[in-house]
Amino acid sequence: MIAASIATPHVDWLALSPALALLGASGVALLGAVLVPGWFRHAFSASIAGAGFVTAGVFAGVVYDRSAQPVALIADSMTRDRWGALAQIILAGAGAVAVLVAWGAKRRDHVGEYYALLAAAGGGMVFFVQAANLMTLFLGLEWFSIALYILCALDTNRARSLEAGLKYLIIGGFGSAILLFGSALVYGATGQLGFHEIAASGRTHEPLLVAGLALILAGMAFKASVAPFHMWTPDVYQGAPTAVTAFMSAATKVAAFAVLYRVLTTAFPANRELWTIAIAVLACASLAIGNLAALVQKDVKRMLAYSSVSHAGFMLLAVAADSALGGRALLYYLIPYAAMSLGAFAVVAARERELQGDVTVESLAGMGWERPFYGAAMWIFMLGAAGFPLTGGMLGKFYVFSAAYDRGWWWLVVVGVVATVVGLYYYLGVVRSMYMRPGRTSTGALRIAPAGGSPPRDPALAVAIGASLVVTVGSFVFVSPLVRLAHDAASTLF
Amino acid sequence: MLTTILIFLPIAAALVIWTVPLPHGWSGGFAFIAAFAEIGLWIGGAARFDYGGELQYTARQDWFSDLGVSYHVGFFGYSLWLAGLAVVVCALAIAYGVWADRERSRAYFGLMLFLTGSIVGVFASQDLLVFYAFFEAMLIPIYVLVGVWGGPRRVAATVLFVIYTMAGSMLMLASIVAFGISQHTFDLVDSGTSGNNWIFLGFAIAFVVKAPLLPFHGWLRKAYTEAPPEVAAILSGVVSKTAVYGFIRIALPKFPGPVDHFRSTILVLAALGLAYGSILAFRQPDIRSVIAYSSLGQMSLIVLGIFSASSTGLDGAVLHSVNHGLVSAVMFLLAGMVERDYGTGEFSRLGGAAKGRPLLASVLMAAGMFTLAVPGSTNFAGEFLILTGVFRQGWGYAAVGAAAMVLAAMYTLRVISAVLHERRGASVPADGPDLRFEQMVIVVPLVACLVALSVWPNAVSGHSFPTSGTTATEASP
Repeated sequence: MIAASIATPHVDWLALSPALALLGASGVALLGAVLVPGWFRHAFSASIAGAGFVTAGVFAGVVYDRSAQPVALIADSMTRDRWGALAQIILAGAGAVAVLVAWGAKRRDHVGEYYALLAAAGGGMVFFVQAANLMTLFLGLEWFSIALYILCALDTNRARSLEAGLKYLIIGGFGSAILLFGSALVYGATGQLGFHEIAASGRTHEPLLVAGLALILAGMAFKASVAPFHMWTPDVYQGAPTAVTAFMSAATKVAAFAVLYRVLTTAFPANRELWTIAIAVLACASLAIGNLAALVQKDVKRMLAYSSVSHAGFMLLAVAADSALGGRALLYYLIPYAAMSLGAFAVVAARERELQGDVTVESLAGMGWERPFYGAAMWIFMLGAAGFPLTGGMLGKFYVFSAAYDRGWWWLVVVGVVATVVGLYYYLGVVRSMYMRPGRTSTGALRIAPAGGSPPRDPALAVAIGASLVVTVGSFVFVSPLVRLAHDAASTLF
Repeated sequence: MLTTILIFLPIAAALVIWTVPLPHGWSGGFAFIAAFAEIGLWIGGAARFDYGGELQYTARQDWFSDLGVSYHVGFFGYSLWLAGLAVVVCALAIAYGVWADRERSRAYFGLMLFLTGSIVGVFASQDLLVFYAFFEAMLIPIYVLVGVWGGPRRVAATVLFVIYTMAGSMLMLASIVAFGISQHTFDLVDSGTSGNNWIFLGFAIAFVVKAPLLPFHGWLRKAYTEAPPEVAAILSGVVSKTAVYGFIRIALPKFPGPVDHFRSTILVLAALGLAYGSILAFRQPDIRSVIAYSSLGQMSLIVLGIFSASSTGLDGAVLHSVNHGLVSAVMFLLAGMVERDYGTGEFSRLGGAAKGRPLLASVLMAAGMFTLAVPGSTNFAGEFLILTGVFRQGWGYAAVGAAAMVLAAMYTLRVISAVLHERRGASVPADGPDLRFEQMVIVVPLVACLVALSVWPNAVSGHSFPTSGTTATEASP
């Protein structure tokens, strides 16, 4: 009797299905850590996590298909639209590839927890991108962040891993706190939490709200590793297990940018003169710092970390454009970026397993000839990241430049172009090392299988790299279908 | 359809070589067959081409519709000739690779074929983004070909080359974005003209780096001397001509105002480059450096013709592009053979090679005669047209050009005498081998093309642009 009188909000289970699928997978994988015998635990947990990501991707596809019009869910705390659904599809794909990358590492301890956390982080992200008010935004952010903090530190026998986890925890926690403080200020100014309600509150130019907006922007910038909030990125990317790094570099960026764009355009459209300039400044900072710092890196994972900072700069160009074109450009950019970044870290993982140690630019020497498939794949990922043709990376750059120019910001295009030229040096440095240096130094410092010998077999990793390759090149050839998807997704925000 | 096949046949062949594990000897043969099929296709296309008409053999396919970009390719008369130059030179460069028995043959021949396809793609593109994509795609195989199969200082050469060309290309990308967004299309046929000097400069810098023109030639000597000779042949013979295509297809028709504004600047730079390159060529210590600086001079001459604002000069520029492509290819290939047979290309260790080597002497002499534009040769016809055309812009340019012809004679004769005549060099054995049959097969077709063009230069100069059919006749011998 009493239960019936409590008004519960209507719950759209379909909209929640991607997050629930991953949450379920996470739970089952975690149970596996206890119930499944040791010899079978790895295959069990990894398959469950992989299945979770695939299921989430399929559900997200269904949501995309059935969400021509955005729908507000659960007391307007979440929204079901194509923008979120497309981001979820990319996230699910990235997660599935990350599971494949992790498979070959043959972890012996914390196996169940590892895959459970991976699925949980994915669940948090797919929840995050549907957020429609500041409360769910923060909830989703913490959900996936906490999972990632633990994942980074999971290799408890490696000091680097512990360092990465601790750094990420402290700096990430700091970023979350800033975001929370900003949300509080916005709530204080408007009395609203929902994005649309904030926009409709009519108090858009109060100093309190502007301060809150700035803090929210900073908090999101921490997660997206946008300079100058990127300090944690190289250390964490270097220290975390490589499969986790691959997942973070691709998925965290997708989630953070999808939400950043949603918040800015739906909650703060009236302040666009302010935040477009702020975003443009952040873009310039990311492009400059990311590219210049990457030039001097020896460790490939650190180099890729700074490269991801510079890519954040390119994505911010699209955000700064503040137009439907910019939204499409952003979504399109994320697709080849996620593939290239996953693929590059997967190749690093392959080399790591072969060398049993850290991968530096030096220790890639000769890899192109000894491992033709990995070498060619890495070559394509590097060229794609540098913006060369035959990869979606080139069209993505072209797209964000077009969006920025269309907004009238030609100087941003010039900054992006200069950054691209600088970036070329270190991307091609990887290619140079792989193909133009002899495989072994005179001191015999590299412990690698002799050229022509068979590499350690790792079919899952090869599939992961192959899938990344297909998306990287496919997004160049079949750009129109992808842009149509991005068009439908972005039009729900404008 | 023909254009699409012409672009993607070599690229598909490259993919076959990369993915199918052919034995060492086979990949070269396969690449050679693909390159010759490409020549056959081109001849078929050239025979059916209507030289009085506009854009032909077009193909258009929706690609990036959100920004008005489509895969749009086709040929004009002049671009068909440039593409023909590309397929011929690339095929013979591949033949050289077969002869030189390049190691890691699958990677090598795949890259050579990929390069061929992307060069043809540049000459065929009728959309700015397609142009940019092929323009950049060229760089990838060149980078690896020079960096892996090049000389001892190859890595420095590639870094320099890539930094120069990418700086230019990226400015061009900014210009493409600016031009396309303001025109609402990236199509070269549909778009109108622009009067924006900055956008023009972005394009112009990319092209003058690629050509190269005077202050942007820093990469030239290192790249041309450190690259494998057959890649240097493609670089100087064909890749530099993509700049010619860019100037004629994009800079001239789309930016009439800025072209007028910067005309005298470019002409002065070109004239200076012509004189400077020719003088430096005279002072170089080895064969390939001479050809490298001679290329700087000849490309400057071609730019003089392009910016002469006359149809005569433009016809001459196209003719001379084809001439220079063939000549520099044959010279680089010969230089490579000399280096391979005698172990060096330095004049101080060469000399007296003519004695007992009639074939080498004849071929090098013939190529040299074309290089120095002896009257009656197709090179003379090209230079004459360019100088006639540019004369109207100021007699000074024509005077520099005429003086440069004398300098060309000086440096070419120096090469010939330093290799063939004088005292026998330390590296030249007394009774060494002459050019063998395989080597003749590689260089003689290029010389034969030059001879054929000398007989009928009007084939190119009179069949490049629809409006000008007769300008070359008075220059023919």
